[in-house]
Amino acid sequence: MSWTGKILRVNLTTGSIKVEPTNMDWARAYIGSRGLGTKYLVEEVNAKVDPLSSDNKIIWATGPLTGTMASTGGRYTVITKSPLTGAVACSNSGGYWGAEFKMAGWDMLIFEGKSPKPVYLYINDDVVELRDAAHLWGKSVWETEETLKKSLQDPLTRVSSIGKAGENGVLFASVVNDLHRAAGRSGVGTVMGSKNLKAIAVRGTKGVGNIKNPKAFMAAVKASKKVLAENGVTGQGLPAYGTQVLMNVINEVGALPTRNHRDNQFEGAKDISAEAMATPRKTDGKKHLVTNQACFGCTIACGRISKMDENHFTIVNKPQYRGASGGLEYEAAWALGAANGVNDLEALQYANLLCNEEGIDPISFGTTVGAVMELYDMGVLTKEQIGIEAPFGSAHALAFLTEETIYGRGFGKEIGQGSKRLTAKYGHPELSMSSKGQEFPAYDGRAIQGIGLAYATSNRGGCHLRGYTIASEILGIPVKTDPLEHEGKPDLVKAFQDATAAFDSSGLCIFTTFAWGLQDLAPQMAAACGDEYTVDELAKIGERIWNMEREFNNRAGFTAKDDSLPPRLTTAAGACKTGPAKGKVNMLAEMMPKYYAARGWDAEGRPTAATKARLGL
Amino acid sequence: MQKVLHINPDKCTGCLQCEMACSFENYGTFATAKSRIKVFDFHHTGKKVPYTCTQCDEAWCLHACPVEAITMNKATGAMEVNEATCVGCKVCTIACPFGTINYVEETGKVQKCDLCGGEPACADACPTGAITFIDANWTGLGKMAAWADKLGNQPSAA
Repeated sequence: MSWTGKILRVNLTTGSIKVEPTNMDWARAYIGSRGLGTKYLVEEVNAKVDPLSSDNKIIWATGPLTGTMASTGGRYTVITKSPLTGAVACSNSGGYWGAEFKMAGWDMLIFEGKSPKPVYLYINDDVVELRDAAHLWGKSVWETEETLKKSLQDPLTRVSSIGKAGENGVLFASVVNDLHRAAGRSGVGTVMGSKNLKAIAVRGTKGVGNIKNPKAFMAAVKASKKVLAENGVTGQGLPAYGTQVLMNVINEVGALPTRNHRDNQFEGAKDISAEAMATPRKTDGKKHLVTNQACFGCTIACGRISKMDENHFTIVNKPQYRGASGGLEYEAAWALGAANGVNDLEALQYANLLCNEEGIDPISFGTTVGAVMELYDMGVLTKEQIGIEAPFGSAHALAFLTEETIYGRGFGKEIGQGSKRLTAKYGHPELSMSSKGQEFPAYDGRAIQGIGLAYATSNRGGCHLRGYTIASEILGIPVKTDPLEHEGKPDLVKAFQDATAAFDSSGLCIFTTFAWGLQDLAPQMAAACGDEYTVDELAKIGERIWNMEREFNNRAGFTAKDDSLPPRLTTAAGACKTGPAKGKVNMLAEMMPKYYAARGWDAEGRPTAATKARLGL
Repeated sequence: MQKVLHINPDKCTGCLQCEMACSFENYGTFATAKSRIKVFDFHHTGKKVPYTCTQCDEAWCLHACPVEAITMNKATGAMEVNEATCVGCKVCTIACPFGTINYVEETGKVQKCDLCGGEPACADACPTGAITFIDANWTGLGKMAAWADKLGNQPSAA
């Protein structure tokens, strides 16, 4: 059955810790992780709650395949109501923490209320204690992890924590585990900080048993690992180049948003690409990239471990950044680089290290800096206000603004509110490259029609991971569709969104879907949990999860108007300037009615009674 | 032919498939904490190194054991712990220079790698070839072949 059947409920206001049985009816209907955690959230939290009030809850959830030998089975999801968007927040992380937590014997961890003082949660199998975190408050993620391992005298402890950004209320603060793996988006770290919860330290020695049919499971796992190994993307491209393999590819198709989406191709893309990371630097003759790294159980190993040039201006006086560390991944390289026009690879890695060290989302941060640079270029913001000359392309401005933001200083406090609030404050809300208040990632919605629709309809705001149509529109997985064509995309987006919700809920990584479809997930789920998990059932569960999230957002006050893109992406004035997509805008108005129809929603974007009945909602 | 576990740290990605395979083989659960092979992650250098018992011919653990609970499996060359005989005195854990035999609180006995009776689950699970089970006399064969390939493909000097 592969669930542990147990949940921890911690009330931070009273300090009480309760053990509950997992609601197995919900587990069957929503699987685990994203699906099951969100089910608990929507049942227990009023959608209109102030995200930073003690009435909001925050949930750490694993899936039935977390902590098993299924490839990439190390993932967990942090679920809450987002302070950045006001929508459902649901951020997924790899590394080792999720598997360790599951091996301690728990499916899920629910925090309620707000602690009167800083605390951390200590879990050692059945021993669960809230402990004072006065000595950790004000420390970075990295210091917190090191301090806890030392004081617990257990180097095998895994830590999921926030840095200063989460404490200081940066609205896109992340939750970081294993130094450089993050539940990065939507400000889940901000909610954690608002509850005076610094960290969760966990040691799990029980392991994950209860596999329904161990023999069939091991056979299915082995066959699925083979599919990953023999696939060009998961077997060769990702291990060798990481997600950064995309930088040049996406630039060539004219879909690399540049300088706050003013441009759609970046002349400096090659300087910040995977190829650049693997080429010896001119300055010191060493390569940026040291090695690749897998998360728990992952047979792809797309993670990057790099070392910076010790004489680069950002770290020349900071020896603590000279060791090997995580990055750069494609999204961070794009957001910190192309989105601002910065082509200094070392500066991007410095900014990326700080994002990991103090816990912020590099996508929302980098995109917000892009908006700041545009406002500076327009003369709306000045050097005096920002604290530095901030033209597009300035690596010095990027490094400075990263420090200001993570430490909560000066203009960094405004950047920490995200691009929607910042651009509105200075009279140019149209310059926020976001949907539902969450900044776009590294693909241009004008040059790739489906991903634009996916951004506009994503339940957590601008995001590529809710329906990664890039797989089909650019990479031809599972079938090639034309990125410039909007016909047929509503159905494509829906199919990707539903399948992704199922994968996210299983405890596996969405990157497996470069090679796997639901037909690869189904045998692993069936062997671990029960024969009812067929391809059709998984697709239906994915759709059920999508609609559940949608209804939470609708109750929170979102309407069809919020399924939108900024005018730069949809009007002629903002059309792509160069490359294969020259002259293109996103055809959102054409696609949206068809998308609603495919979803079984009314014109206001509400699931109809028939749809809800079909999905058992 | 005697075979040994051969480890190439350069190929290790830190995925812990080996640790899960080990615990599943021996305990029927996926529990890295119970694994007899451990992967060490040196994050300041980016190095990941799997480490386990190398089955010494003159095994310190075997010689130190006061009750002769550790014996060599003649078929596989593995030093194996007989749990029925082991008294949990832990002297072997002190004697082993490499730290690869360890006490298990739950059973009151020690555990170490036994090569899974000749088909090590860790090597089978490793996705990158960082852990292989190969001819004990020729653990250097792969490296020799790689260098020979380099030499053989040099352009001729003449």
